[in-house]
Amino acid sequence: MNKVLALALGLSLASASAAPVTLTYWQYEYASKVDAMNDLIKKFEAANPDIKIKQETFPYDAYSQKVASSVPAGQGPDVVNLYYGWLPQYVDAGYLQPLPAKEFPTATIDSTYAPMVKTSKMDGKYYALPTAVRTLALFYNKDLFKQAGIAQPPRTWEDLIADGQKIVKGAPPRYTTLGFGIQPDGQDYHVLREVLVRQFGGQPYGKDGKTVTYDSAAGTKAMTFYTDLQTKYKLGVPNFFPGNNSYRDAFIAGKVGMIIDGSFAINTIKDGAKFNWGVAPLPVLASNPNEKDNFGSYWVNGITKNAKGDKLDAAVKFLKFLTSADTQRYWLENVGEIPASRSLAADPNLLKNPVYGPFIASLPYASSTVFVDEAGQRKAWVDAINTVLLKGAKPADAVKQAAADEQKILNSYYK
Amino acid sequence: MRRHQTRTAYTFLLVPLLFFLIVRFLPTLSALRLSLFDWNILKEQQPFVGTDNYQRLLTDGKFAQALKNTALYTVIGVPVQIALGLLVALLLNKIRALRGVFRALYFAPYVTPIVAAAWVWQWLFSPQFGPVNTFLVWLHIPPQNFLTSPDQALATTAALVVWQNLGFQVVLFLAGLSAIPRSYYEAAEIDGAGSSQAFWKITWPLLNPTIVFSVVTGTIAYLQLFTQVVNLNFTDQGGPLGSTTTVALYIYQLAFGRFQMGYASAITVVLFVIILAITLVQLRFLTRRYDL
Repeated sequence: MNKVLALALGLSLASASAAPVTLTYWQYEYASKVDAMNDLIKKFEAANPDIKIKQETFPYDAYSQKVASSVPAGQGPDVVNLYYGWLPQYVDAGYLQPLPAKEFPTATIDSTYAPMVKTSKMDGKYYALPTAVRTLALFYNKDLFKQAGIAQPPRTWEDLIADGQKIVKGAPPRYTTLGFGIQPDGQDYHVLREVLVRQFGGQPYGKDGKTVTYDSAAGTKAMTFYTDLQTKYKLGVPNFFPGNNSYRDAFIAGKVGMIIDGSFAINTIKDGAKFNWGVAPLPVLASNPNEKDNFGSYWVNGITKNAKGDKLDAAVKFLKFLTSADTQRYWLENVGEIPASRSLAADPNLLKNPVYGPFIASLPYASSTVFVDEAGQRKAWVDAINTVLLKGAKPADAVKQAAADEQKILNSYYK
Repeated sequence: MRRHQTRTAYTFLLVPLLFFLIVRFLPTLSALRLSLFDWNILKEQQPFVGTDNYQRLLTDGKFAQALKNTALYTVIGVPVQIALGLLVALLLNKIRALRGVFRALYFAPYVTPIVAAAWVWQWLFSPQFGPVNTFLVWLHIPPQNFLTSPDQALATTAALVVWQNLGFQVVLFLAGLSAIPRSYYEAAEIDGAGSSQAFWKITWPLLNPTIVFSVVTGTIAYLQLFTQVVNLNFTDQGGPLGSTTTVALYIYQLAFGRFQMGYASAITVVLFVIILAITLVQLRFLTRRYDL
């Protein structure tokens, strides 16, 4: 069967060597990303008339299933968009080709991309590269701040608590306005793992990412601090609004003083919010003001094992185009994700931008977790946080539980 | 002639038989095969592990919790659904005017898309803005957390399923009731039987086939509960701390969230065996013949 196919393929290639190469590109459905990609493809095809790109998209919920099930079938895209946290699984599966070192020299990537991109380097090779990256920042409702008589967004976590207490209205669980839109399974669990643990003087993971190291005094302090926002200071409750983006929807409805969210939420908030809002960097601890941290994440484009011969050459060209400075700038303007390269991110005009500035300024100190089973690792943390919030468990025990669950997942992957 | 007709009938029956073989039985058998492998869709190697997946089940707390939740849904959902359905059907049977309107009203939730119904439910039971809590506060009862509480989320989810299925249950019982000849009730009245006697001696035994059908199909449906749970609780992880996760949802999370096909297949096999056993027991003990 395969021989017949190969023969047919060989014949068709031999008879039509001058025909254009068609590449299939996959990403998930997100209106601004799909539109931007369509425009970029037009640009690329105009510059490379012998290459055609076909974009196919799938709903976000089904995307990872769709990509995963195309792996054993040997079908699917030539160039694929993946969440960086899924990379280890796909590289192990032999799904991605390492990027050709001639076109993408490792040392150059190391020095020109945001530090967090190193997470995608495996065995000294890059298998995929991002166009843009995302970090976290604090979105705040300027109108609610003004009503509460607060002039500035909080700089420290202590300020955040004080401000939140001035803004919050109602008593649990019947709040009418929240001071802080707490939501463990939103972006908060990243803040707890990668930001608070470090600010309290700890390290969430070992150097190689294979061991958890947050079952420590710092981990307990971080868990205590985070859960206190709800239990002790009564700044809000999770799932304040129904739906999966509860905290963001509630913020857009003007019912929340502050939320922590990613740069990917900028456009959604811009389109929806009918009030004055601003962005501030993630707070620091008053006792440790120089320890600034952030969680960075990104979607990468990689070349699959399906791309061979002419297709591989075309895919390399396309990937070069997708990671070029022009594309990165276009991506920022049209999608709102910040450029992955250091030179663009250091652009003073961008740093001064009131909305993008705080996200971009945190690039040098943003860490990315090396996930091996993102869904499982998230559940371990969210469940641990919930034992404190809903069952009154001790923060130290919750951290111990999260550490045990997550270590088990890491062990089963690295065995 | 007769033989020819039989052959024609078998030929026509062969088509659905083949269809079921290909789309039902083969995948079922391949799930059985998968369950003996460490089959991660993203691994190059899919090693044979024998009964390892089944042994892992025995010590998997999350599976135990999902099994317990599924049992709870079933023992709450099935009896409540049948009792309420019978009550409403008997009441509707008593009235003449507007019967069709009421029947349509009860049936509406059954044909409402589950996603939409789940959204309405989330708002109804929202701790902050929900009318249910507003009503409780008005009665001087403290407001409840419902879906965001690990103790109440399962009952709130079960309530949605019962509410959605009630219409179908009512229509089923109305059909069962209309099949009982009026002359039986007239005869009972002449013999001086009260209305409760008439119910227990006539209605209840003659509804037995309908009730058995409802119990068996209802049990199977609750044991496979999935869609409502996914849509009602946030980020398809089930309710807080896995409090609403059913076996079917757990299978989904393992297979399509974490790509552990082998382990997920082992759970599907176990679920299949459980459903088969319960159904056989129910059919054996619930079906009775009444001689009037």
